[in-house]
This record gives sequence, C-alpha cells and structure tokens, in this order.
Amino acid sequence: MSLVDHLPILIIIIPLIAAPLCVLFDSAKASWLLALAACISSFIGSIKLLNTITLSGPISYSLGGWQPPWGIEYRLDLLSIILLLLLTSIASLVVLFARYSVEQEISKNRIVPFYATLLLAIAGLSGICISGDVFNLFVFLEISSIASYTLISLGKDRRALNAAFKYLVMGTIGATFILIGIGFLYMQTGTLNMQDLSERLPSLYDNRTIRAGFAFLTVGVCLKLALFPLHLWLPNAYAYAPSVVSAFLAATATKVAVYMLLRFLLTVFDFNFSLNTMPLDVILIALGSVAIVSSSLVAIFQVNLKRLLAYSSIAQLGYISLSIGLASKLGIASAIIHLFNHALMKGALFLALGAMIYKVGGAELKHCQGMLKRMPLTSLAIIIGGLSLIGIPGTAGFISKWSMINASLEAGLWPLALLILFGSLLAIIYVWKMVEAITLQPSTSTATAPLTRDEAPLTMLVPIWALVIANIYYGINTELTVSLAQRAANILVGGY
Amino acid sequence: MNDLLQTFAPLPPASILYLGAILTIVISHKLRATTLLLTVVLSAINLSLFPAEFSTQSTIMGMELTPTRIDRLSILFGYLFHLAAFIGVIYALHQRDKLQDLAALSYAASAVGAVFSGDLLTLFIYWELLALTSTLLVFTRRTDRSAKAGMRYLCFQVGSGVLLLAGAISYINAGHSLDFNHIGLESPGGVLILIAFGIKSAFPMLHSWLTDAYPESTPIGTVFLTAFTTKVAIYALARGFAGTELLIYIGAIMACFPIFYAVIENDLRRVLAYSLINQLGFMVVGIGIGSELAINGTVAHAFNDVIFKGLLMMSMGAVLQVTGEIRGSELGGLYQKMPKTAWLCMIGAASISAFPLFSGFVSKSIIVTAVMTEGYTVIWLALLFASAGVFHHAGIKIPFFAFFYKPSKFVESAHEPPNNMLIAMTIAAVLCITIGCFPQLLYAHLPYELDYSAYDASHVLAQLQLLAFSALAFTWLKLAHIYPPELRSANLDIEWLYRRLLPRWAKVFSDKVQFIRTRYSQLINRKCRSLISLLATHHGSHGLMARTWPTGSMVLAVAVLLGLTLTMYYF
Repeated sequence: MSLVDHLPILIIIIPLIAAPLCVLFDSAKASWLLALAACISSFIGSIKLLNTITLSGPISYSLGGWQPPWGIEYRLDLLSIILLLLLTSIASLVVLFARYSVEQEISKNRIVPFYATLLLAIAGLSGICISGDVFNLFVFLEISSIASYTLISLGKDRRALNAAFKYLVMGTIGATFILIGIGFLYMQTGTLNMQDLSERLPSLYDNRTIRAGFAFLTVGVCLKLALFPLHLWLPNAYAYAPSVVSAFLAATATKVAVYMLLRFLLTVFDFNFSLNTMPLDVILIALGSVAIVSSSLVAIFQVNLKRLLAYSSIAQLGYISLSIGLASKLGIASAIIHLFNHALMKGALFLALGAMIYKVGGAELKHCQGMLKRMPLTSLAIIIGGLSLIGIPGTAGFISKWSMINASLEAGLWPLALLILFGSLLAIIYVWKMVEAITLQPSTSTATAPLTRDEAPLTMLVPIWALVIANIYYGINTELTVSLAQRAANILVGGY
Repeated sequence: MNDLLQTFAPLPPASILYLGAILTIVISHKLRATTLLLTVVLSAINLSLFPAEFSTQSTIMGMELTPTRIDRLSILFGYLFHLAAFIGVIYALHQRDKLQDLAALSYAASAVGAVFSGDLLTLFIYWELLALTSTLLVFTRRTDRSAKAGMRYLCFQVGSGVLLLAGAISYINAGHSLDFNHIGLESPGGVLILIAFGIKSAFPMLHSWLTDAYPESTPIGTVFLTAFTTKVAIYALARGFAGTELLIYIGAIMACFPIFYAVIENDLRRVLAYSLINQLGFMVVGIGIGSELAINGTVAHAFNDVIFKGLLMMSMGAVLQVTGEIRGSELGGLYQKMPKTAWLCMIGAASISAFPLFSGFVSKSIIVTAVMTEGYTVIWLALLFASAGVFHHAGIKIPFFAFFYKPSKFVESAHEPPNNMLIAMTIAAVLCITIGCFPQLLYAHLPYELDYSAYDASHVLAQLQLLAFSALAFTWLKLAHIYPPELRSANLDIEWLYRRLLPRWAKVFSDKVQFIRTRYSQLINRKCRSLISLLATHHGSHGLMARTWPTGSMVLAVAVLLGLTLTMYYF
C-alpha cells in the first residue's frame, strides 16, 4: 500500500498530530505556520481524493487493517468529499487570515492553545465526514464540539464565556441524543457500521425502538444544525466568538451537521423511510419556513453585524432543511449546492467583518460608516458577499436560490417558491442596511477613525478575496457545484 | 465587399445599436451626428441582410436558447424601431448630452433585441435592459421631479421583469418549452407572464407609470419613450396571447377610460400619454380578437401609432423646448410664430383622429372591422366612443391650446424650433400622409396576407359620420349653453367643454375615487405601521425572537420537539 492509499486517514491524522506539536513549539508564529501547513496539506489530500472518487467511485479504508464490520471503516463518497473539500479549503483560508486577527483579539498566552484547538476542531469535523461507522462519527463529533466550545470561549468579550457555556450545555444534549439514537440502533441490529446498518434496518422499520432511535438522532442532529427552534445557542456563540472562529464555525460546523443529517437520513436509514414513511419532510419544511421568515426578520433589526449574519445563517439553514424536506433528488441536490455556496458567502462575510474589527475595532453598524473610503477592498468584499447572500444573478447565491425554487416547483409546492423569494426580499433589506452604512453614511467617529485609507493586511485580504472570487466563479461556472451535487444526490437517494 | 458582408453579416440584430451606444460616450462631439445616424442606418441594413425566416440556437447552462428569431411578425417591429430611432436621433441632433445619447441608443437596441428574442429567458434579459435604459432617459431631465418619477417608473418596470421571470420559470416547469410562442392562460405561469406584459402595455390600473414618468422626461427623451416600451409589450402580447378573449375587454377599457383623464389634464404631453394608452387599447382589443385580420390591424396600428404619436410628442417637445412651458392653460397663440410646427402637429392630430387619407384611418379601421366581423357589438360601440374621444382630446385640444386660442405671454419670444427638429417632424408627417394615401405600402408587410381596402364607401362614410357627429355634438353643446346668465362674458368657447363640463363630471368621479383612495391608503398606512411595530416588538433586538434565552428554555424547546417527533413517528 502506498502513502496515497492511506490518504483518508492522513487527512485526519495531520491536523490531529499538528495540534500537540503546536503546544510543544509554544510559539505563536510557529504554531500559525504549522497549522497553515497542516490545513493546506489536508486540502491537497482532499483534492487528490476528489479525483480518485470521481473516477473510480467510493473509497473504503479499513482502520488498522481490521475488515469491516468488525473494524472501523472510513468511507468516502461524493458527498463526503464535497464536504471535506469545503472544510479543508475554508480551514486553510481561515488559518491564513488568523495571524493578525488573533494577535489582536486573543490574549497572548492563549494564542498557541488557540491554534491547537482549532486544529482539533478541524480534525474532528473532517473525521465526521469520513467515518463510515456511527460510533466513530459520534467520537469525532465530540472532539469537534468540545474544541468549538473552547474556541468560542476565547472571545475577548466576557459574554463569550456565557455563550460558550450555553453552547456546551445544548451541544452536549444534542450529542447525547445522537448517542442514545446510536445506542438504540445498536441494540436492535448489533452493528455500528453504516453499510451494515443500512442492510439490517429495513426489516426493522416498524420496530418502536428503531423509531425512537430515529427521533433521537434527528432531534440531536437538528440541534447541532441550529434548526429553528433549536437555534437559540447559535447567535450569541457566533457574535461573541473571536472573528476567525465565527468565520470558521459559520462556514463549516453547521454544514457538517447538515452532512450528518443527510448521512443518517439517506445512508443509514433510506430515502423512503426517512422522508416518506416518517413525517420528517413535513417537519423540515415547516420548521425551515419559519426559520427563513423569522430569522430574516430578526436579522433586519440587528445592530451588531456578527449577530445579523448569525441570524441570517439560521435563515439559510432553514433554506437547506426546507430543500431536504422537499424529498426529491432535486431538493437534496439543491440542499447540497446551497450548503456549499452558503459556506462560501458566509465565510467571505465573516472574514471581511473580521478585517473590519481588526482595523476599526468593532462590528456594529456605526463602525462601518465611511468604510468605503477607509477600507475599499474589504467594503467591496462585504458588498459582493451580501449580493451573493441575496441571490443576485452572477453570484453563487443565485444558483442555490434558482435550484431551490426549481425543486419546490417540481414538487408542486409553489407557495414555497414564493416563500424563498420573500426570504430573498428580506435579505435585501438586511444586506442593504450594511451596504448603506458602508457606502453612504459618512464616518461619524472622526476622532477614532480618520478618513484616510487604511486597508487590512495582505494575509487578510487574500483569503477574503479568494472567497469573494469563489462566490462569483461558482455563480458563473456551475459545472463543478451543480453536477457534483446532482451526482451526490443521485447516489444518496438511490442507496449507498 | 459582398464576401466581406457574407463573412461578418448579419450580426445579431441589436448588436450594432449597442455598439453605437457605447461609441457615443467616447467620440468627440464633431463626429456625434454622423455616429448616431450611421449607427441606426447600419443596423437597419444589417437587419435587411437576414433571410425572412431565421433563428439561431445556443445552449447556456443546459438550456436551449434562441437569441435571435426572425419571422414576419417580428421583422416589421424591427424595422419600425429602427425607423423610430432614426427619426428620434434626427430630432435629438441639436442637443449634446452623452448620457441621453447612450440611453436612447441602448434603449432602442434593447427594444430591437426584445422583439427578436426567441425564448422567454432572452426576452427577460432584454425586458430588464429596456427597463434600465428607459429609466435613464427619464433621469436625463435632471430635475428633482424627474428623478422621483424615474424611481417610481423603475419600480414598475423591474416589477414587470420579476413577474416575467417568475412566470417563465413556472411555465417551463409545467412542462412547456422555453420557446416564446403562444402562451395562453391555461397555466399559472401564463397568468404571471400576462400581468408582466400587461404592466408594460399599460393595462388599466397598471398604467400609472406611463402617465407619471413619460411627461417628466426631456423633450427628446419622451419621444423615444413613447416609441418603444409599449410597442415591445404589444408585440409580446400578440406573440403570446393572441385570441385571449379577456384582452378584448381589457383593451376596450383601456381605449375608453383615458379619455376622461386626457380631457381634464393640463400638461399637454401628459394628455398625449393618456391618448397613448387609448391607442394601445385598440391594439389590445385586436390581439384579444386574434383573427388574422385583427392581428394585422394591431400590427399596422402599432406601426402608425409610433409615427403619429411620435410626431405629436415631437411637436409638443418643440413647444416645450422653445417656451419652457407645456401646460395648456399657459400656452396659446403660438401659431403666429411657429406655423410650421403647428401644421406638422395638426397632421399628427389628423392621423391620430383617423381622418381619411391619414395613417390612423387605414389601420384603426381594420381593428374596428375585425371587431364587427366577430360580432362584439358592445366592444364596437366602445371603440367608436373611444375614436370620438381621441378626436376631442388629441385632435382638437392639443393643437388648439398650444397654437391657437388666446395669445400667451410666450408669443413674443417664440420662434420655430431648430431645423433638425423640423426635419424629424417632417419625415414623420410625410410618412403619416403617405401611409394614409397608399395603405398598400404598409399592408404588404403585415404578418398575414391582407385582402382589405380601407377606402371603400362604408368605412369612409362611417368615419366621416363619426367625425361629423362629433363636430355636431360640439355645436349642439355650444348652442344649448350659449345664453346661460353665468356665461355672459360671451367668450364661450370649445374650451368650456374641456375645462368646465367634463372636468365637473370627472371631478365628481375622481373625488369619489380620491375619497376611497385616501381612506384606504390611510388604513393601509396605519396597518403597515402597526405591523412594523409588531415585528419590532417580536423580532427587534430585545424582542421575543432575538432575546438571549436562558438554557432552561432552550432545553424545553428540545424536549418539546423530541416529544412531538416521537409522537409523530409512532402514529
């Protein structure tokens, strides 16, 4: 076996090993470089895996040479690799961005542990995407969750501690639910391997224990995914975390939760049971619709831009769950497309806010007055990211909205198509609030913010603009996202 | 040379106009006139190189698009738009305004692109480009009023585009192809598309953008505006909804209701805007009938309307240009100083009133005949009423208040407009008379074979009777009210009809409307305010939905959801 055959495990091992190394080096700059190197090598590894998978189908890797179902199996199919690619690329950009931002926002003695924890979170999240074993998935979930609680608590604002604690309580409940669900499945089938489960479960679909397990699993995952009304932990966690952490979590953590949902619904259980026999489709559509309208409205009234984007994230997750709830191939595909595109836009926006906080010192509406003159490139990034969030043609957001509208019309549910359009209308309002403050309002606090050009450093601008350009690129060239997502959806709906 | 043409031509129909529009920004003003005229002429020549039936296909994002589709229906509109652009450009030559040149040419280009688009998506793109470029034209007056009117106008136009897109998506999803052919009202998408077309063709209740914004543009801008947007919409209706019976009634209302407004309106260009809606009404009726004869009449009338309405707008633009005033109450007596403009204006007025030997007659009578052939007597009567109304407000009121009546303070300083304006108007006037005298020139190019003669005894007699009885009505009103004591001043005139009697009726009517409107707008306003404050209490930064919740309540939410799902999964 060559090294390339071990790539699935290497992608997790690299950040996992890099984390303690950071602590050993005990130097801010060294840990930054190490983290960057780890993320980029994971990213390269996932590109390599993407090639293999698109050419020759899913990869199965037996951990330690133990054959499944006795040993732990890592299994990569198209959906996993899409997520992995997203995760590692965003992680690389975020770490690149982190250097100056972290120096300013996190106290000196915590910078090294910060990088170590970030690497652990990355390892955990990648593990979730790769694992083909439900218990192993739970372990990775715990690794990533605990790492993210820590990351959030590093925020300068004292409220960050409180937010992290609440997230910890809620996250633990979610994880426990997932564990209970897994336990129920294990009790009835005697296996933890996903493929094994998917073979044994269909004969047990009428079993009450299995149904209870299904309920625990869905509620637990939906909590992680911040589905309305289980979203209450999210706004504060995103608002008070350090900017880098907000960007990383917003772009990846909830997306991985969506991945778990798809994996449980469509691989462990199957499409017919999850979305037709069980009334989960109705639940997802109903809660998703409420999330879109309610959270967008809340976002309109927010003054703190990080909170505003956090609420907008909840609305976007509403779109995603609604698309899954449509229970069709097109719906699943558009959920995957939006998952990908939303990570791009939220990543760009949160990073741009991070640059703004770095230079201006805050992320409230009043801080971005007169930004256009001060930080033209960052401002332009926020504007384009906002346009993508609305779904203007030519941006990635348009492709997602277009395919979601198509999916809901195909399902014959035109009120949902109207709802999606209405959601975009609300998005115009809250994006306009940002854009107006940036472009039209003159700077008020002239003492603290002189009207000279004062752009963020290059290591911040590069990741921001990489994501902004990705937003435009995937708005014009839909070959990669749309066709991959459709193939992934076909595989998921058609069985493993 | 021929080979060269074979290689490069024909270019996409709208491309040369767009190119010219961009050129206008960079060229020096010495070359401006040449560029403008040459652009339009070259574009027309390019269009003539296309075969009679032609279409191109291309695939974008997995959709089969038809960016260019030429057939007998669209080609006539294509030439018409080039003709209108040519006349408009000549009319604009004296004024250097790069923004206006850019807007005017790209506006014409978008109109040309729209009529030649063979699928709904391409149509949507040009539809939005029409909206944007025409809004620019409204803005070019650069006054506060025009800026505000332009924004309102833009809202309507973009709204129409959004509806078109929504309708198109829904229509395609219902299993229809993307091609832009007959659509009909069977699918919900079709209804949305009809409303989108309806906004641009100024259906009743959806028309206010037209009378609001057109009169606020510059003298030149309004001439362009009158020519394109509504005619693109008429083309789109004729293509997509020919034979939809609903349109007959909508068209009849459109033909009648603007008359009341036009009569009481003081701004003469706004009067023309109302009469534009009235003429569109005739065309919409023709589309609603949908027979070959009716469609021919519609297309012919659209053709003539662009020219005679353009002529009227140009003459009023000239008055505005020279005096800086366009309100009927302030103008008058300009014939002394502007006889040429006055005569040209009256040719336009005669055409719109459908005097025999003028262009309006040869096309309007086709529609009226088609209505009669299909047996819609009530509609026929409504159209007769509308014809009489046109004669009153556009045929008499416009020239009368501007050029005759009592001399105004502008008479001393007035003079004929610049030569290029006169030339543009003369071209239009000559066209009006030529088509009026030799209708076969136009008939030969209509979408369907037309075996029809406008100048048989019955048509001419009917029209002359109509006009004669209109005149008789005036006389009677005059005689009946000549002695009332309150009018002792004895300067009783035809204006009484416009300014007292009809306004009085209209005022009663509009007061009612106004009353209802204020009441409801207040009500809606209040409701909106209370809705927003309600939203603010629930979704505002300290509202129920945005508050930081204690952990206990979050856990409660989880428990409730778990209970709910368990119950739902079990039963």
